[in-house]
Amino acid sequence: MRPRRLLNREGSAPYVFVAPFIVAFLVFYLYPIVTTVIMSFQNVVPGQTTFVGLKNYGNIISGDFWDALRVGLLYTVLTIAVLVPLPIIFAVLLNSGARRLNAVHRALFFLPSLVSVVVAGTIFRLMFSSTEKSVVNAVLKLIGISPVDWLMGGGFQAMFLMVMLATWRWLGVNLIYFLSGLQAIPEELYEAAQMDGANIFQRFWRITIPLLKPTILFVSTISIFGGFAMFEESYIFWQGNSPNNVGLTMVGLLYKRGFAQGDFGMASTYGLVLMVIVFALSMIQLKLFGFFRKESRNA
Amino acid sequence: MPSSQRFRASWVIKYLLLFVTALLFLFPIVALLLSTFKTGRDLMRYGITFTSLWPKSFDFKNWGYLITGKDGIYINWYQNSLILVFFQTGLSLFFSSAVGYGLGVYRFFGRNFIFVLVLFVMLVPLQILILPLYQMLIVVGGADTYWGTLLPFLVSPFAIFFFRQYAVGIPKDYLDAGRIDGLNEYKIFWRITGPLMAPAYGAMAILLAQQSWNNFLWPLIVMHSTKMLTLPIGLNTLLTPYGNNYDMLISGAAMASLPIILVFFFFQKYFLSGLTTGGIKG
Repeated sequence: MRPRRLLNREGSAPYVFVAPFIVAFLVFYLYPIVTTVIMSFQNVVPGQTTFVGLKNYGNIISGDFWDALRVGLLYTVLTIAVLVPLPIIFAVLLNSGARRLNAVHRALFFLPSLVSVVVAGTIFRLMFSSTEKSVVNAVLKLIGISPVDWLMGGGFQAMFLMVMLATWRWLGVNLIYFLSGLQAIPEELYEAAQMDGANIFQRFWRITIPLLKPTILFVSTISIFGGFAMFEESYIFWQGNSPNNVGLTMVGLLYKRGFAQGDFGMASTYGLVLMVIVFALSMIQLKLFGFFRKESRNA
Repeated sequence: MPSSQRFRASWVIKYLLLFVTALLFLFPIVALLLSTFKTGRDLMRYGITFTSLWPKSFDFKNWGYLITGKDGIYINWYQNSLILVFFQTGLSLFFSSAVGYGLGVYRFFGRNFIFVLVLFVMLVPLQILILPLYQMLIVVGGADTYWGTLLPFLVSPFAIFFFRQYAVGIPKDYLDAGRIDGLNEYKIFWRITGPLMAPAYGAMAILLAQQSWNNFLWPLIVMHSTKMLTLPIGLNTLLTPYGNNYDMLISGAAMASLPIILVFFFFQKYFLSGLTTGGIKG
């Protein structure tokens, strides 16, 4: 009877409610993070684990690592360069005019985000097929470019393929974020600016963009996160073995080292490096946008 | 009047631009559906082309493969995905909403710390932790099982955050009224405040179900035997270099995408509110 009464005390109820997270945090985050840190100092072979100090860290600088870092960085930069401005433009276009028509377009842009990466990757493999008749190569032929081998042709082609896939899948999602950001901007601001004689571009640069800053910050932060942690897109295209590592990502490297080669120690080291990168970039990003300053002023 | 003409011209240009881009975005999905009526060999050889985009005949042979091909393995995959979506979404909704509610409604010692932990965890990619998670799974015997596949997703940090934002807005009067009626805190949540969060449940149900349906990396590691694969992992095994499974791959991919697209058209509101509400705080 007593434990039951303890649970029902008003003071203990909040702790019961948050208990699932506490358990999940300890088991699925804290313990794995600690284990990853420990394994990064070890040589982990099934059956025998030896402490090797900083050896894994010393071995980090390898061809594979630079390739993965380069691919991850380039992919992140390019996806942000595409998936911030383009959705803003479409969001602005869809924020006024015929409601019904806007809703239909919004839905069509959103549709690709529903299908799984495997499905999306399969369609893209077929559309970007290396033959001269494939949809993409046929369009290129119109402007005089000879057929491109997108999957196996080289670094530029591979990156283009991945960024195109990301654009197709995520434009509609970011569009929704920016639309809700736009809807928070008071209409009066535009009216006032119009009365002061500001033209449409001035209104865009002076009102829309500054007031969308929180949304831009949010979208680019999740893009950094998603960009560096990318794995599935590349896996669908190359199944973990891309020619000259054109599709190797940090998570891909972790997967390859850990599961394909069974080197959990080295793989853990890569994982930690990736975590530090993602964290540092997110923090820098938030700092650059004055997120912390604003937060402390509000508090 | 020239100004209204200019207005109309810009209106036309705007919707023309939107329409053409939207068609471009729709094209891959339409192409996938049309390709289900073509032979895998042709697809493998030529890819998706303009010249043969429209199928010569609407032959449902590839769709039939889904039932008969490879001893009906596709049906197995479909079942697995459905079972996982059902339990993963249900359990995660239950746990995540309880946590979010607790953080949003009560003031208690450690609340801010726990909330900061939730935000911290949202910044840790789960992909990084797959090695220790997998080691743990082996120890507890969860490899190649349903529960092993959904275990790390039982509590969703994002859903907690979402429910918390929602619960903050619940007036305390509801809790007081419940207490006066003699309900304990859990019954208040179950009977009064929980149902008040129905829209949040709707939005998160959709989001979590979609995540589960399309989940890739973790099921790829956990599920080994062909019969236990989920749809994305099963389809991935059909992506062989020689394209000998493309008949099943294409119709299977279409069949895996149709339900989620249909659900989207019926519950669009919940899809979109799941993305936006409480998501962005400047």
